[in-house]
Amino acid sequence: MPDLLIELFSEEIPARMQARAREDLKRLVTDGLVEAGLTYASAGAFSTPRRLALTVEGLTAHSPTTREERKGPRTDAPEKALDGFLRSTGLTRDQLEARDDKKGQVWFATLTKPGRPAAEIVADVLESAIRNFPWPKSMRWGAGSLRWVRPLHSILCILSDEAGAEVVPLTIEGIAAGNTTRGHRFMAPDAFTVTGFDDYAAKLRRARVMLDAEERASEIRSQAENLAFARGWQIVPDDALLSEVAGLVEWPVPLMGVIEDRFLSLPPEVLQTSMKEHQKFFSARNPKTGRIEGFVTVANIETSDDGATILAGNQRVLAARLSDAAFFWDNDLREAKSGMETWAEGLKSVTFQSKLGSQHDRIQRIAALAREIAPLVGADPEQAERAARLAKLDLRSAMVGEFPELQGTMGRYYALEAGESDAVADAARDHYSPLGPSDAVPTAPVSVAVALADKIDALTGFWAIDEKPTGSKDPFALRRAALGVIRLILTNDTQVHLNTLIARAAAGVWFEPSHANQIYFLPEGKSQDAKNWVGVCHIHPDDESVTYNTTLVEFAQALMDARVTDAAQIWFEDMDANPQLGDKRIVEGDARLSLLSFDLLSFLHERLKVYLREQGIRHDIIDAVLAQEGNDDLVRVVARATALNDMLATEDGKNLTQGLKRAGNILAQAEEKDGVEYSFGADAKFAETDEERALFAALDKAEPQIMAAMAAEDYPAAMTAIAALRSPIDAFFEAVQVNTDKQIVRRNRLNLLSRIREAGRQIADFGSIEG
Amino acid sequence: MTSPNRPRSFQEIILRLQTYWADKGCAVLQPYDMEVGAGTFHPATTLRALGSRPWAASYVQPSRRPTDGRYGENPNRLQHYYQYQVIIKPSPPDLQELYLGSLRAIGLDPMVHDVRFVEDDWESPTLGAWGLGWEVWCDGMEVSQFTYFQQVGGHDCRPVSGELTYGLERLAMYVLGVEHVMDMPFNDPDSPIALSYGDVFRQTEREYSRWNFDQADTEMLFQHFKDAEAECARILAAERTDSAGRTIPMAHPAYDQAIKASHIFNLLDARGVISVTERQAYIGRVRALAKGCADLFLTTDAAGAAA
Repeated sequence: MPDLLIELFSEEIPARMQARAREDLKRLVTDGLVEAGLTYASAGAFSTPRRLALTVEGLTAHSPTTREERKGPRTDAPEKALDGFLRSTGLTRDQLEARDDKKGQVWFATLTKPGRPAAEIVADVLESAIRNFPWPKSMRWGAGSLRWVRPLHSILCILSDEAGAEVVPLTIEGIAAGNTTRGHRFMAPDAFTVTGFDDYAAKLRRARVMLDAEERASEIRSQAENLAFARGWQIVPDDALLSEVAGLVEWPVPLMGVIEDRFLSLPPEVLQTSMKEHQKFFSARNPKTGRIEGFVTVANIETSDDGATILAGNQRVLAARLSDAAFFWDNDLREAKSGMETWAEGLKSVTFQSKLGSQHDRIQRIAALAREIAPLVGADPEQAERAARLAKLDLRSAMVGEFPELQGTMGRYYALEAGESDAVADAARDHYSPLGPSDAVPTAPVSVAVALADKIDALTGFWAIDEKPTGSKDPFALRRAALGVIRLILTNDTQVHLNTLIARAAAGVWFEPSHANQIYFLPEGKSQDAKNWVGVCHIHPDDESVTYNTTLVEFAQALMDARVTDAAQIWFEDMDANPQLGDKRIVEGDARLSLLSFDLLSFLHERLKVYLREQGIRHDIIDAVLAQEGNDDLVRVVARATALNDMLATEDGKNLTQGLKRAGNILAQAEEKDGVEYSFGADAKFAETDEERALFAALDKAEPQIMAAMAAEDYPAAMTAIAALRSPIDAFFEAVQVNTDKQIVRRNRLNLLSRIREAGRQIADFGSIEG
Repeated sequence: MTSPNRPRSFQEIILRLQTYWADKGCAVLQPYDMEVGAGTFHPATTLRALGSRPWAASYVQPSRRPTDGRYGENPNRLQHYYQYQVIIKPSPPDLQELYLGSLRAIGLDPMVHDVRFVEDDWESPTLGAWGLGWEVWCDGMEVSQFTYFQQVGGHDCRPVSGELTYGLERLAMYVLGVEHVMDMPFNDPDSPIALSYGDVFRQTEREYSRWNFDQADTEMLFQHFKDAEAECARILAAERTDSAGRTIPMAHPAYDQAIKASHIFNLLDARGVISVTERQAYIGRVRALAKGCADLFLTTDAAGAAA
């Protein structure tokens, strides 16, 4: 059982690519070996800035011999047929075997494919892995045509067992595989030979190369912590930086430095960001002062002066960087103190998006929206508007110009400097949140109002100009914004009607502020059933003329409710012919709005489904709830879904669903057959059985309970009330035949079923629940 | 910086680089006699990176970035500065070692300093060029750009050139331990007439900053841009054969006009008269010129084209 060791030695591999690359190498090689018929016990991949390495242990020495049997012509077939068979199998006649088959004697050939030695397979597999390596970006060098992430210098490839190690013969574009490698670029540059993985790792360590990135990272972490501890400081943890730095060194040598006093008044976030972004330093905090007072840089070399020259150089570079930062900070503070008017003015000339205007325009919209949202989240409208107006001004500050990731963070400092309240300043910092799915969600009312306004404006705006996310493309991070809206609403238990907010936001995008109030908004809780617009707009079937028995505004309302674009289209055409009917532009806005808000709300619902699925709520349950009225209130949707989810987990719930579905199916069939809708008039006096009477009684009791509970948004109570119908419904279906010959009884039973259907509809669309 | 062979002046660093790369076999060229934004624009790099003929050159190139002017007051920023440029085609296998040797030559011993190759891919939208490589860090400071050219003027580079660019002022300030560029000794500080960088350039930095930012006649510059663009296009479209029947494509004269257009664009940019949307369009126009020059150059002897 030989072991395989591979090392691909190159010029410096970008740190960010190393982790992926070592996994890719492992996958490509081990998959290739297995595909060629070898097996192995274990494999491990490693990377340093200058090498990718792979060890495969317990590899089989050969691939197995395979046998294949092939059936030829009958023994009495013409000579020609036999010749053809011999040619195709490469055998001679005496190697064939005659066997009895159904139709007589037939020639059989047995083809044996001998196994291949591991070395041969490894050479093929490695060459293909190198030539097809999925680097995010690769290059050519010199006069060659091989591609690698940076010039590839040598290939180490050996198979070793008790008897010793052998180089796998392999040459790619003039690079012949061997059994040598090199150590650290400066501390141990000479070549040395290796005999196997253990020997390789041990010799590399002597040659000042730590092969394992994990080990380098933990070495950096512990040494940095020790250095900090000696001064009574703590390292600010930063895993992303740690893994990057571990990919920049083969032999990590952390060195600690002190930040000069003159820079200590800079905000800690500025120190940390500047040191991290420009120099990849870790920050060290003094717990006594709470300030960042030191740094750790990680050198790649041990020097005769114990890193003194390196540290001095880094310190010098840091001082130059921080002088810049201090200069920005002082200037920015001066501007903040004077009220940030210049910044506000400056944002007029900064484009947010060409069709959505300047950053200034955007701020105007967010401020108006934040004001609307404020009362819904318990914030003072004045404060919310003020916060929204200030929140993005730091985009013009020199500091954010230099470090865009400090947006918001700086905004808070500048707002405080301008004399704003903590609530307003905090909103400047927090209104971008939550960014990631695990990011903290703001809870302070003013912050929530601005954060929601910011995200709803972005979503509505990009929807309005038809820049929605498609597939993997989401250049404006709208999925993230949608999840942000969902988490803000759910975390803070904020009951808002998203349709209303989207309408407000759309008004801001489409209209001058003076026109915005002409848009007619959907009142909360109004039915969205198509019946409503049929009533106000009757299309005559013979000549397709249209009669309106309602006001313009009501009709627009109906269009929105019904979400019927065809009707809107007909009506617009009609309006062109009859301008006296009203201002088409306003209604057009309404129709566009109804489409936009329907589409955007569906998008939010999709994100909500993903979010709730992660919380263990089935998608069909969410669908059943989303089909209900009021689905733009996400708090309500989630409360319903949770209650429904809980109920369906019980035996009663499962059976009830069956009963409701059965009632629905029978009704639907009857309605289809009879061409009428059974919806009214069930009367207990036509009941013929006790089970029917019991169901009437149970419905009489449950209906008001369900209605009251739903009105009070007490969903668990509504579930309890409807669950009480389970046994009467079961008993009813057990004992009663709905479709009897007595028409009056049949009709009465169908109408009774419709009461069951209605009771169910109050709560959810049980029809879409699976199982 | 305790090294005993530490240079004493800005010019000594330049001289040592010249000697070093001359010893390594580069043709030591002189700066190109036109205003350019970086050493890469020198035809010895841009055009010579194209085609199959081997090439090895190094040179100092004065470079102008009008928007970086700070009236000579900023310790690190200048609108006129020097780059040291090395270009070798095909890139030799030991280019990293050669480069490290050049650091030793100017007194930066990699056994005492922390020299690192940190990913930094290079792209020049105006030249339609890109390459992969690193910025080289010395003790946390970027001292050079190291690039393997992959494309120039939209053409694949075959063979690939290795390009090294040293930002001379920054590198020298580090080697010499100077905080403000204007304080850096230009010649030997013990010379009879010792001159600092500021003695040489403080006044010009002030004058050019004012002209770049406030005075340059934008109307005239817009016209110059159009003229350069038109002349470049005309040269590129000219007959390959002259009146005497000689075949002489004029890639270099055309490229001069492309360089000129590029610099004029930089001046207009510094004057703040090019909007964000127009910017891309101007860059595209210069790129089209550079691409045309690259196309033509590839048909010439210097590119190794079969006659």
